[in-house]
Amino acid sequence: MKAFATLLDTLVYTTSRNRKLALIAEYLRTTPDPDRGWALGALTGELDFPGVKSSTIRNLMKDRIDPLLWSLSRDFVGDTAETASLLWPGDGVPDEDPPSVSEAVEFLAHLNRSTALKELPKLLNRLDANGRFALIKLATGGMRIGVSARLAKTAFAQTFDVSVDEVEEYWHALEPPYAELFAWAADGADPPDVSNRPMFRPFMLAHPLEETKVDLRDYAAEWKWDGIRVQLVRVAGETRLYSRSGDDISATFPELLDVLPIDAVLDGELLVRGETQGGEAGGAASFNALQQRLGRKTVSKKMLAESPAFVRLYDTLILKGEDLRESAWEARRESLEALVPDLPSSHFDISALVEARDFDHLAEIREGARDDAIEGLMLKRRDAPYIAGRKVGLWYKWKRDPLLIDCVLMYAQRGSGKRSSFYSDYTFGCWDGDPDDGAELLPVGKAYSGFTDAELRKLDKLVRQTTLNRFGPVREVERTLVFEVAFDSVHSSKRHKSGLAMRFPRIHRIRWDKPVHEADRIEALRSLVRE
Amino acid sequence: MSAPFSWINPHPWGVEVVPAGVWIDPSRAVDKALVTHGHADHARGGHGETIATPETLAIMELRYNTRAGAAPVAYGETVRLPGDVDATFVPAGHVLGSAQILLEHAGERVVITGDYKRRPDPTCTPFEVIPCDVFITEATFGLPVFTHPPIEDEMAKLLSALDSTPEASVLVGAYALGKAQRVIAELRAAGHEAPIYLHGAMEKMCRLYEEHGVHLGELRLVADHTKEEMQGAIIIAPPSALNDRWSRRLPSPITAMASGWMRVRGRARQRGVELPLIISDHADWNELTETIADVNPAETWITHGREEALLRWCELNQRRARALALVGREEEDD
Repeated sequence: MKAFATLLDTLVYTTSRNRKLALIAEYLRTTPDPDRGWALGALTGELDFPGVKSSTIRNLMKDRIDPLLWSLSRDFVGDTAETASLLWPGDGVPDEDPPSVSEAVEFLAHLNRSTALKELPKLLNRLDANGRFALIKLATGGMRIGVSARLAKTAFAQTFDVSVDEVEEYWHALEPPYAELFAWAADGADPPDVSNRPMFRPFMLAHPLEETKVDLRDYAAEWKWDGIRVQLVRVAGETRLYSRSGDDISATFPELLDVLPIDAVLDGELLVRGETQGGEAGGAASFNALQQRLGRKTVSKKMLAESPAFVRLYDTLILKGEDLRESAWEARRESLEALVPDLPSSHFDISALVEARDFDHLAEIREGARDDAIEGLMLKRRDAPYIAGRKVGLWYKWKRDPLLIDCVLMYAQRGSGKRSSFYSDYTFGCWDGDPDDGAELLPVGKAYSGFTDAELRKLDKLVRQTTLNRFGPVREVERTLVFEVAFDSVHSSKRHKSGLAMRFPRIHRIRWDKPVHEADRIEALRSLVRE
Repeated sequence: MSAPFSWINPHPWGVEVVPAGVWIDPSRAVDKALVTHGHADHARGGHGETIATPETLAIMELRYNTRAGAAPVAYGETVRLPGDVDATFVPAGHVLGSAQILLEHAGERVVITGDYKRRPDPTCTPFEVIPCDVFITEATFGLPVFTHPPIEDEMAKLLSALDSTPEASVLVGAYALGKAQRVIAELRAAGHEAPIYLHGAMEKMCRLYEEHGVHLGELRLVADHTKEEMQGAIIIAPPSALNDRWSRRLPSPITAMASGWMRVRGRARQRGVELPLIISDHADWNELTETIADVNPAETWITHGREEALLRWCELNQRRARALALVGREEEDD
């Protein structure tokens, strides 16, 4: 556990990607099985201990420190695991040896919600502050140490000199501590046999188009739909649905699990049915409607009936056992077009191509698109194979230009992680009438991105200097600052007092110069609603 | 008779001693000021008269280039102020010359700590506990997560980072007044004899410390030396220079920072610090609470810092306390 704790602690402070890779490689090389496998599972976020949640840690602390002192500390530190590791009583030398990673994992796996409160302290007492931080991170997941799953896998591949794409191929069929993976990569055993498992294949992704212009003879255009990117996999009759990050979300969308009639791996956009948005085979609702269904472990019948999901297909990776990924996009598209008529139209349609005379014509079409289910355009190279990750020149995304509105800063909340103790999440509002005539501001959205670190420091200072009220981690500020806010679309919403909700709001510009009474009114925002 | 302690009047810009017509650490220019120590958020120029320890006055002279109105008071010495107020300067253990100020009037005793710490520090006189009725304490690190480890541990971390990378250098961000000299003195105490390189902004203050009898060993200016010469060396710079273009002249520096804020990972990451050194010239949570218990005042007033948590601790321990809101007292670099 000491080596793992040191690894996490060092990774936290390391910014260079190469240095991170080297640190993880060093750990994987020098740590025995199965410790290193568990650690890899922890770094990639694959471990799950149902008995220990963030709430378990909070409950443990409840008996050990005054609740107000806890919440003030948690609020400042910005991370529950770190706060608990610092506030755990008795920072003297632990009287027992620290547990190994495997011992800790086994211990955690046997805990349930009620035994955890009694048992977990025994383990925490055997560790110093760094060890406690590592243990709690291990137990509750969500490392937030600046290491993505992809980076950890890349480190694994580099350590043992194997291809990271191959690692990705096997990854989703295997489980921590990845004995087969280490046997193959480290000891030269046969690769893991994954042919009969419905596993996730890494997605092909796009670069933003930026200033590039492409020739439509080389690139096909299609709409970029505003749902969630999914991969539907059927192997030996068993179907699974994966999200963009490779998470198995089958349970959230059960209606898609028995409708694919053949074994295949398909790439598409998951949308829910709705009346308002045009599409080829029936409409899709706005992202708002889809959002109601995301993140649920079980789905009610009512929800299934009201917002049924379907997949708008983009691509075919594997069809009836044949891997098409090496083929050109054109050939894969042909297979897809041939396949779609055999699929139930209730659950599938195809993402139609956008026909344009040339690039300028396409730009015109993009300008005209204000359909809420469309985020922009995708440009795909006609002769490109399906390659995992982002490869320059093959796929481009060309998002719609954002909408802009001037809002006034009203509240600020402290961020977490790297931004803990900085007021970095901003709630802003628009006027509900003429501000010179006594109008009030109504909150319309919240944003925490779109500014530089230097701007963040300046904003944080402004918040501290102009605080009117404090509500826990939130401060209400004097109305002095205008943000030009960019957003993708705006919808009616019952959740907000203004009756409006923005999608992807971010700070576009900070208008230090602009008087607040010149900020926009609610009507201006409302006029941008398309529903 | 007036209400208890009504002769002490805290304002956002300083503490007013009403009958004497003087201010403690005012952030505006006043006729007569009592200054606890030389940090910019406590000591500013432009007062008609400044009463402080000789060391603090020397620091202020260095920073503001004037000695006009300087009235030195030694540790333990009492000055009689108008309106029957006595002021005594007592060591605070924060930086060279730092003092708590004991004020006595009408049989009531008030102590203003300024900034302080209880740990040993080779560069300044240690904190003394003085009994009083009202204890006005700082609370910079007034959260229970802030516990500063023994400085020897942090020095060991720094020296082992230096040993592990002979080609590189370790660049330590440290506040120019106090922290820098303490880090250097502790490095010497840990047996590090090699020359230590300084950012130009550190030079004069280090010399001032030396003149006051604090030995810092061989110090060199970064500007006078080549990259090769600085390989394997410790370099000390103000925190603002850490990610500045200035650091490009150093041989592949590991960025370290000596600050109490380094206890929290997020704080270190915000500043791009690779080697956090938890070293502070302020009292940590345990020192703050132990000091309140040691002084055992009738009332504790809490200023600049995280007042809420310390206020809560006082409440939980049945101690009378209130928070004062003084402005401009956030020492982010400490």
